Amino acid sequence: MKLLTHNMLTSHVKGVAKGYPLLIKATEVKVNEVEFNPQFVSRMIPKLEWSALVQAAEQLGHREDLPAELVPDYEKNEEFLKKVHRALLEVEVIEGCLQCPESGREFPISRGIPNMLLNEDEV
Amino acid sequence: MKLKELESFLQQVDVFEEPKILLEQYPTTPHIAACMLYTIHNTFDDIEGKLVADLGCGCGVLSIGAAMLDAGVCVGFDIDDDALHIFKRNAEEFEISNVDLVQCDLCCLEADAYAKKFDTVIMNPPFGTKRNQGMDMKFLRTALTMAKTAVYSLHKTSTRQHIQKKANDWGVKMEVIAELRYDLPASYKFHKKKSVSSYSTSQRSDMFSSCLKLY
Repeated sequence: MKLLTHNMLTSHVKGVAKGYPLLIKATEVKVNEVEFNPQFVSRMIPKLEWSALVQAAEQLGHREDLPAELVPDYEKNEEFLKKVHRALLEVEVIEGCLQCPESGREFPISRGIPNMLLNEDEV
Repeated sequence: MKLKELESFLQQVDVFEEPKILLEQYPTTPHIAACMLYTIHNTFDDIEGKLVADLGCGCGVLSIGAAMLDAGVCVGFDIDDDALHIFKRNAEEFEISNVDLVQCDLCCLEADAYAKKFDTVIMNPPFGTKRNQGMDMKFLRTALTMAKTAVYSLHKTSTRQHIQKKANDWGVKMEVIAELRYDLPASYKFHKKKSVSSYSTSQRSDMFSSCLKLY
């Protein structure tokens, strides 16, 4: 699971009002090289929940020096885009789980795939 | 990349080992996947550098094709972990790193779950014929909430009018971008009993599939 995907995932357990962002408890993390496309990364940035990305990278020990606040004029800042690229696309959670911040429900991640399926009584 | 080249790559993508009938796990043939993706890429420029979602991705033939056409990232969604594990293996064998996977039930997603997060949605949804009528429409509805630009979806040509009507109801435009012959192989045991020549005329029209663009 890439952090770009994590940035979009929400817990929809019955009764939960704000199941976001999901807490990451990782037991195995990998960095897989992905071709750098600066246009793609700068197009993704405004769609992100920036603080959720920084928090997730921090939880995985891959925050490096990602700033808490988004920098201005990032489109032209290749060095910054490369850092975002790494956190967003190259850092991957292979094993562990995601935890709903409100209900505490855990969603397992196995072989890099988060399982967001709910039981019948949770829908 | 040329169309032929893409198709021959996609021929190496592994498909379902034991297709599950209730999930309508018909594989998308490499030919259809390649034609569909090639048109989306060349005519509409909706793959390269885009964030793409593949709904009901199965073993990943559409996602892997999109990744080869340089999608920014393609995220595959499916309910079935057997299919997702084959997808994962395919991605590893092709050494593709711009794909990601989520296991979830697309039918019980909340309407705003991925509101317009993706640029493009591609999919070969369940036809909605195996005791789960209307499944194709649920997938379309979900896809339209997720895509900012367009949804590209494969449907039996016989259901096209119905989809057009729904598209009007939903206030979206629909365009037929390709008509393809859907040569379903004998994936399921009961299909083996029928040879192609014994198909009646009405079944024969079901062998054509349309790639629709909704936006």
